[in-house]
Amino acid sequence: MNIAAHEGLLKILGQVSGYIYPNEIEVHWSILIVVYPYLTGLVAGAFILASLVKVFNVTALKPTYRLALLTALAFLLIAPLPLLLHLGHPLRSWQIFFTPNLSSAMAMFGFVYAWYLMVVLLLEIWFDYRADMVNWGQTAKFPLNWLYKILSLFSKDVSPRAKVFDKRMVKYITILGIPSAFILHGYVGFIFGSIKANPWWSSVLIPIVFLFSAIVSGIALVMLLYMIITPSRGKPIDMKCLDKIASFLLYAAIVDFSLEILDFTHRLYESEESIKIITDMVVNKLFISLVVLQVLIGMVIPLGILILTKAAKFNQELRKLLYFVTAILIQIGIFSTRWNVVLGGQMFSKSLRGLTSYNMEMMGREGFLMALVLLIAPFFILAILIKLLPPWGKNPDGE
Amino acid sequence: MKRINFIKLLSKSAIVIATGNLFGTVLHAATKSVSVTISHVKRYALGIQIEKCIGCGNCVLACKTENDVPKEPFYFRTWVERYLIKKNDDVVVQSIEGGAGKLSTEMEEKDILRSFFVPKLCNHCEKPPCAQVCPVGATFKTEEGIVLVDEKRCIGCSYCIQACPYGARYMHPEKHIADKCTLCFHRIKSGGIPACVEICPTQARVFGDLESKASPLIRLKRMKKIHVLKPELNTEPKVFYTDLDGEVK
Ligand code: SF4
Ligand code: SF4
Repeated sequence: MNIAAHEGLLKILGQVSGYIYPNEIEVHWSILIVVYPYLTGLVAGAFILASLVKVFNVTALKPTYRLALLTALAFLLIAPLPLLLHLGHPLRSWQIFFTPNLSSAMAMFGFVYAWYLMVVLLLEIWFDYRADMVNWGQTAKFPLNWLYKILSLFSKDVSPRAKVFDKRMVKYITILGIPSAFILHGYVGFIFGSIKANPWWSSVLIPIVFLFSAIVSGIALVMLLYMIITPSRGKPIDMKCLDKIASFLLYAAIVDFSLEILDFTHRLYESEESIKIITDMVVNKLFISLVVLQVLIGMVIPLGILILTKAAKFNQELRKLLYFVTAILIQIGIFSTRWNVVLGGQMFSKSLRGLTSYNMEMMGREGFLMALVLLIAPFFILAILIKLLPPWGKNPDGE
Repeated sequence: MKRINFIKLLSKSAIVIATGNLFGTVLHAATKSVSVTISHVKRYALGIQIEKCIGCGNCVLACKTENDVPKEPFYFRTWVERYLIKKNDDVVVQSIEGGAGKLSTEMEEKDILRSFFVPKLCNHCEKPPCAQVCPVGATFKTEEGIVLVDEKRCIGCSYCIQACPYGARYMHPEKHIADKCTLCFHRIKSGGIPACVEICPTQARVFGDLESKASPLIRLKRMKKIHVLKPELNTEPKVFYTDLDGEVK
C-alpha cells in the first residue's frame, strides 16, 4: 500500500466518530461517482426539453431544440468515463458488456447506454440533420464536404417527400426517447435505490427523485447555454423561448422539490432505526452541502426567483439576469444533490453507530482535478458538435 | 461404499476416455451426474459462541497471516467487536485494530452493566446481495454455499462493498479487487478447517457442514438458541451466533 494512501486513511481514522466497521473507513465511491449521475442527469434533462418541441409541439422552444439534442449527446459521450476511471481494473470493463450478470443493476449500464446512444440520440440527430448534411456535403469545402457525405451515409435525397419522412422518424424516435430518457436516469437512481443494506439509498422514491432532478438540471443547462451562445453569435435572445423554458423549469422544479420533501417527511415520520445516525450525519457532515447548497441555494432561492419572475412584470434585461442566476444556482444545487446521495450514503456506518469522513484528494485518478476535467470536457465536445452541426443551420426548422 | 468406489473408478476411466473422443465426453457427463447424486453436496457454515469469546484477537491475526490480508488496520476478513453496555443503556462499541489491538476503556467499571465480544466475518449469505449486484458475476456462491470473489474477473467497481450489509468486504489496496473471507476455502478443500477456527483458544468458533448430522455445527444449532445478524434484510446469513445480544448490529 502506498504511503500517502495509508496516511490518508490514518487521518480519516482520527476523524471517525462513534463506531464504524473496520472496513468502512475508506469511502469507495468518490467524487467521480458524484459526477456520473450528474452528467447522465443532464443528458436526460436536455433530451426531455428537446422532446417538448417534437412530441408536444411546444413551438416556442424551437430555437433550443437542436442545441438541446447536441448538449445531450456531448454529455452522454463523457458520462461513462467517470465510471470507467473509478474501476480498480478499467481494462476489464468490457466484461460488463459481454458477460454481464443479469441480476446486477450496474450490469444493465451497457444496454441502457448503448440503447440510448445508438437508438435514440444518434438516430434522432441523424434524421434531423440528414437533409442539412446532404446540402453541406455539396456546399462545404474539402475535406469537410466529405465528412458530411460520410456522416449522411451518402444519402442524397432531399426531396420534400424524403424530408417529410425524416420529420416523421424524428417524431417516432422522440416518442421512444422519452421513456428511454426516463429509463436512463431512473435506472441510475435504481443503482442506489436498490441497495437494501443502505438506509440512505434504499428507497423506491430515489429513481423518481433522480429523474426529476435530472429534468431540472438539464433544462437549466440548456437555458444557460442558450443565453451564452446566442449573444456570442451576435443574435438577439428570443424572450418568448426563454420565458417558456423558465416556465418548464419552474414546473419541473416544483415536482422535484415536492418529491424531495415527500422523501424527507416519509423518513422522518417512519423514523426507522437508522434515523438517529442519518440525522447526525446531516447535521454534522452534510449541513453545508445539503441544507445550504442543495435546499437553500439550489432549490428554494431559484424557485423563489422563478415564481417572482412569473408573477411580477420585470423588464427583459432583469428577467435575463434572473434566469441566468437561477440556472447557475440550480446547477450548484443538483450537483450537491448528487454529492449528498453518493457520499452521504457512505459516511455513516452500516452498524448505524458512527460516522466517517470523505477527504477529497486533489490530484490522482479519483481526485478533484479529474472530476473538473470530466465536468468541463462535455463543453468542448459540444463546441465541436456545434461547429460541425450548427443548430441554427439553413434548415427551415432552425431559427 | 463399494458402489461409490465403483462409481469413482467409472468416472476416472470416463475422464480418460473423455480426452480421447466425443463419446467419452458424453459418458463422462453421465457418470458425473451419478456421482453427484450419491456423495452429498456439502454446505459449510460457521457458528460463533459469543459467551466463549475472550476477545484475544488471535483469529484476526491468524486470518491476516493465512490469507495475506494487508496488515494495515483498514482491511479485515474477520474482526472482533467489543461491546460495553452501560447502566444508562448507552452502548460503546470498539474494534481497535480489528480487535487485535490493545483494549482501552475510559469508563468506570461501576458504570458498566455488561460487556462481551462479537467476532465478525462474511456471513456467506444464502441470498448474498453482494453477488446479486456484482455486474460481471465475479462474486459468486459455490455449490458448498461459500461466497467467493474471482480475482481474475473482478473489475474493482466496489458495488459489492456497498451492497454488503455487514461491512465484510474491502477493496484490496494492491490487487484493486474486492476481498473478503473465503472460510479458508483452500484449507477446507483439502480437508482442513478455517485458520480462525483452528487458532481460537476457547473454541468460540465452530466450523461444520450443515448437511452432515455429525457436524459439530449441527450439534451447536440443536443445543443452543441461535441468532443471525440483521435477519430483517433477508440475506439468510450462515454465520450462526449463540447468545447474541440485541445491541449487536
Ligand atoms: S456477508 Fe456480505 S460479503 Fe458476505 S455473503 Fe453476505 S453480503 Fe456477501
Ligand atoms: S468489486 Fe469486483 S466483486 Fe465486487 S461487485 Fe465489483 S466486480 Fe463484483
